[in-house]
Order: sequence, then C-alpha cells, then structure tokens
Amino acid sequence: MPDPLSKRAALATPPSLARKIRGLSDRTIAWIFIAPTIFLLLAVNIFPLIWTIRLSLTNFRTNRPNNAVEFVGIENYRKILTDSDTWTSLQATAHFLIWTIVLQVLIGFTLAYLINKKFRGNDMWTTLIVLPMMLSPAVVGNFWTFLYQPQIGLFNYFISFLTGTDPASFSMIGEVPLAPWAIVIVDTWMWTPFVMLICLAGLRSIPSSIYEAAECDRASKWRQFWTITLPMALPFLMLAVLFRGIENFKMFDLVVQLTGGGPGATTQLTSIDLKREAFEKWRTGYASAYAVILFVTVFGLASIYVKALNKVKDR
Amino acid sequence: MNAKLLATTASLAILVGAQAAQAEDLTLCWAAWDPANALIELSKEYEAESGNKMSFEFVPWTNFADRMLNELNSGGKLCDLMIGDSQWIGGAAENGQYVKLNDFFDANGISMDAFIPATVTGYSEWPKGTPNYWSLPAFGDVVGWTYRKDWFARPEIQAEFKEKYGRDLAVPATYAELMDIAQFFQGRDIDGKTVYGASIYTERGSEGITMGAMNTLYGFGFKYDNPDKPYDMEGFVNSESAVAGLEYYKALYDCCTPPGSSNSYMGEGVDAFKSGQVALQMNFAFTWPGFHTDANVGGDVTGYFANPAGPNGDKFAQLGGQGISVVAASDKQEAALTYIKWFAQPEVQAKWWKLGGYSALRAVVEDPGFATSQPYAQTFLDSMAIVKDFWAEPAYATLLQSSQKWLHDYVVAGNGTAKEALDGMMNDWKATFEEEGKYE
Repeated sequence: MPDPLSKRAALATPPSLARKIRGLSDRTIAWIFIAPTIFLLLAVNIFPLIWTIRLSLTNFRTNRPNNAVEFVGIENYRKILTDSDTWTSLQATAHFLIWTIVLQVLIGFTLAYLINKKFRGNDMWTTLIVLPMMLSPAVVGNFWTFLYQPQIGLFNYFISFLTGTDPASFSMIGEVPLAPWAIVIVDTWMWTPFVMLICLAGLRSIPSSIYEAAECDRASKWRQFWTITLPMALPFLMLAVLFRGIENFKMFDLVVQLTGGGPGATTQLTSIDLKREAFEKWRTGYASAYAVILFVTVFGLASIYVKALNKVKDR
Repeated sequence: MNAKLLATTASLAILVGAQAAQAEDLTLCWAAWDPANALIELSKEYEAESGNKMSFEFVPWTNFADRMLNELNSGGKLCDLMIGDSQWIGGAAENGQYVKLNDFFDANGISMDAFIPATVTGYSEWPKGTPNYWSLPAFGDVVGWTYRKDWFARPEIQAEFKEKYGRDLAVPATYAELMDIAQFFQGRDIDGKTVYGASIYTERGSEGITMGAMNTLYGFGFKYDNPDKPYDMEGFVNSESAVAGLEYYKALYDCCTPPGSSNSYMGEGVDAFKSGQVALQMNFAFTWPGFHTDANVGGDVTGYFANPAGPNGDKFAQLGGQGISVVAASDKQEAALTYIKWFAQPEVQAKWWKLGGYSALRAVVEDPGFATSQPYAQTFLDSMAIVKDFWAEPAYATLLQSSQKWLHDYVVAGNGTAKEALDGMMNDWKATFEEEGKYE
C-alpha cells in the first residue's frame, strides 16, 4: 500500500523547516494561513473605508491640491441630507429598486416554476433565457437605446403594434413619465434570468417525496404550491431579493448608458449623483460623506434583511 | 590643468548634447475625433525632424473631461502634451497642472499676437485678459450651423415657404427666421421620407445642453456676470432677455427636433444631418469638413452659416476648440516644448488647416485665399469673430454640472419655467463662487 499523502509531504519537507513548523501551535499556523487574506482585506476594504470616513469630515477637493484641507466636522453630512437633489436621487433609486425587484421576483419565479417542469426543449429554453445576464451592462444599455429610438426602435414599433400609437410619438428615454420605467424594463430584461436561476435551485432542492405525500393526502396543486413550494423556496427567493437589492442600489453603468440620468434628473440614481459629485464636480470630501451615507444605508438594510432571512431559513 | 578642464568641459558638453539629442517618446492626449486623426498625420513630420516618437491617447468626447481631468488631478504621467478644453485653463493654471509658457514663447519668438485674439483669450490666458499663457492655440472651433442647401434650392419648397412666410427661403438672419424654417421643415415629406426641422444640443451627461443653450442665449442678451462687477450675476444670468432666450431654445426643442433627441450632442447631430433627417443642424465647426466630403450630404448639398442675430441684433457664438499645453507632471517637458515650437510654425499651421485642423494662426486665416479655400471657411471666420465662452474658472466643472442639470431639467424634462431654471442655475453658481471665496 503506498504511503499516505501527509506522510509523503512530511518526508519531502526539509528537516529544518519541518522542525520549525513542528514548533508552531495550531493557532499560529492558522494565523499564518489567514494573514494574507486579512492583509488584503485591510488594504482594499478597511483602509479605504476609514480613509473615506476621514475625508468625509473635510473640504478636500482632488482637483485643488494647493488648497488647504480643513476639518469641517459633519457639515458635509448636513448639506447632503438637506439637499433636495439628494432626496430626488433617493426617490429615483427607490422607484428603480422596488419595481425591478417586484418584477424580477414575479417573472423570475414564474419562469423557474415553468422550467422546473420536465418538457421537451427544457435545456434550450433555459440557455436562451439566461443569455441576457451574460452580456455586459454597457452593451445592453447601448443597444436598448437603439431599441427605444422613436424612429427606428423595435420597442416603439412593438408598442405601436399593440396599441396603434405612432411609434415616433413617444420617447421612452426622453420623457419624464416614461424614463423611470424604461430603465426598470431593461434591468428586468437583463437580470430576471439571475433570479430565475436562484429560484430554480430552490425548487429543485425540494424533495419529491414531500409532493408524493401531499398527493397521497389528496392536496390540490394550488394547496401544494402554497404550503410546500413557496415556503420551501422562500429562503432562495429572499436571497435573490438581497442580491438584486444590493446590486440595484449601486446601479450605474446600465442607466448611464441609457439615459445619462436624464431627462433632467429623472433617472439620476444615487450612484450617478455620487459619481458626478466625486469625479465631475471633484468635491471629494462631500462625495466621501455621500458614499458613507449610502454605505450605512445599504449595510443597515442588508443586516436587517439577513436577520429576517435567517429566521425564515430556521423556521 | 587647463587641458584637463577643457577635456572635462568637452566631455560634459558632449554628454549634455547627447542627452538633448536623445529621442523621446512623447504622448499627446486629446479627444477622439476627426481632427485627432489629422494631427497624427501632421505629426509624422515632427517625428522625422526631431527624432522623437509621438504616441497618442485619444478619448471620446463624452468621457474626455472625466478621463483627462482625472489624469491631471492625480498628477499622472500618461500625457506629456495635453490639448485640453478651453474651460480647463483656470484650474490647470491655478493647480500647477500646466507649464506656464511665457518664457518659452519669448525665448523662441512665438508671439500671441500672431493668433486669433479670441483663441488666445479662450485657450491660453489665465487669468483672462492678462498676458499669462498656459497653452498655444491649437484648434480653433466654434458652434455654427449647417443646412440642406439642396432642399432650400428646390422651387416647390421655395414657393411654399414664400407663400407661408412672405419671404424667400434663405439662410436665417435672425433666430425668429431660424424658428420659421425649422417649423416649416418639421414633419415634411421630402423624397418620400419624413424630415425634421433642426438638430440641436440636448445632451445631459457631459456639456452638451450647456453648449447649445448658451450658444443661443448669448444672442438674446445673456451675460455671465456684470461686466463692471465680476461674479455679480443677478439680472445678467437671469435677465428678461436671457429668459426669452431659454424659452426660445425650449420652443425649438419642442417643436422642431427629430423624435428621440433628448440626449443629442455632436455625434448625434452629425448622424441626424448625414442621414438626411434634418434641414438645419447646430454643431461645432470641426464637423464641417466631414460633411463636405460625405457621400450623402457632401459638396453643394450642405451650406454653412454663423449664428443668426437675436431680438436686439446681437450675434454671438459659443467658443469651442482647445490649446496645446505641456503637462507639469511630465518628465519630458523639454521634448514636449519642442513639439509646441514645431507646431507654432506658420508652414505647419498652414498644413494643419489643409489636413482638416482649424488653425488659429492669423497668417493662415487672414491669408487672402483662406475664405475661399473651403466652402465653410468664411463661416468659420464669421463665427470666430463673435465668440463667447463658458466660465473658465478653476471651479468650471462644478459650474458646468449646475448648468447641465438646470438647463436639461427645463428644456428636455419640461420642469418649471425658464426663469426658475436660470434662477436655480445662478443660485448654484453663486454658492460655488461663495465656496471659492469670490465674494470675500
């Protein structure tokens, strides 16, 4: 019988190194293994966060290196929270967030439910449905601007076909009432497959024996859905909502490509507003405070949500 | 001893000479557009003469300011030479991002009097109106108009226009006439295709709607501030005439632009005109050579005209264009200066114009043959004579963002009134200048 791997590794280790390692405690070895990860985490996550918080308390501007950097306390935070533009952006973000999640969960779960049934061409349909999420958001944004083009856009012609309105009579990305829905539609088109995949995983994790037992008890399909399928897939659904919620709270590329935040500030989401403050107006201190506020908001909401998710999972 | 000293000095001189003659790899940063390609062609002569190699970093206009200001602000060494937008000059000068060129100009006999005065003020001076130069005028540009000369010449269209407006269909002399023409063509069927009145700037993301609206507002009487009291804007930015100008711009957008024009800038304007969608098109002069040689709208199909007059007869146009500067963070400043010295030569400037670059050298544009050298040359001269520019303050980016927001919100989104938009823009500008300490 060949030597076990551990024995061969020990034999291959130079005697001096082996002696040194033998002298280390398990705890020390564990620290040695995780130290690079901790160092990276500190360097790319924690340090920038602390630096951002520090900058948020100053009037620093990246484009004014010769100006004195002054400590301004919470002035930046006060300005942001009393600025009507901030609330306009938050409203736009809330509209985008709520409607994309509602639509993606409804459509994604429905698609997953249908795909979960065994039928001919199942694999082909699954592949076709997930195609949009494989594309780059910048590419998607760009080609949807063509689809929404009033004169040549297929979307306008499709609406025209359904309703009889002149396709050139409305501009999805150029009119205040339509633009918020234009970005919701594109994000839903792109990311519903992601929600569908998570839901599909949830549905496939439900043992068939439960359904068989329900059949024996003569439970209707409707009853099976409400008492077995939905409760058991709920943690997966909630996970999908968490992922999409976090992603869409920081949505930037897709919307910039589609509308540039316009018309006016109708689709200026918080991430676009933040980018303009940081890299167009170069108000670094102000933008840092803005980033901290958004971070705390997302972190707080996500923490509450994860607790709820765990409760559902434990139930 | 003397022989030793002589030998040492000679060795040093040879070393210094060898270093000076050492070929450098220079990087020039500019926007990605047609003139940039012409500059690549032109620069081949410089490479042959100097032995230096030129590399180019071109960024599309919509990202140009973001990318290049980031480079300047971070002290990046990517660019040795920068052809930066005119409005950057204040910030770049005050923050030490460009090399001051006065001594270099004096030492090399380059006089700013040799360039079109508006371009010197717009691209090179900071503070404005003072002989402190941070760039050499490199590319003169200005907003003007193109029109479908072939449509204007059609007898049936001429007759219909005359019947409706009581005058010949011709290049508009006033903004009121321009509106008539745009309305006349809006939705008209020409050769079985629906065409529209005008393509104008409405872009939200970078600077589009500000350039377009300001280009129009100047003619109506808009002023940035009190000529006698800098930064005093009340009654100038939001004067009655400025309000009328903004209302006009919105009316033009509402009535006479092609569907889906809510985010149009230079590229969209070019597309709209070349594809035969519009009768009139507002755009920077740099686009004109492209129209002249285009398969669809080239030759006699396209005509050019400078901004028409406002209600009081004022004629002004938005300045575009850029100067070429040496980036202070560059390690190759000496070599970069040799490029500017070469570029300033009259014969190079003449060739620059021939290749499609708008030279700002007076010797070129005042040449008797210049005005007739291209069909758009006279319009370029007329337009350059009436230019005004947006704020070139160090806080220009913040000022621009405010105008973008308020102007787009009113013109495209249709929120509020023109007065509210101009008041809002002015208040934002005031707040910015307060932060900048301009009212102390």
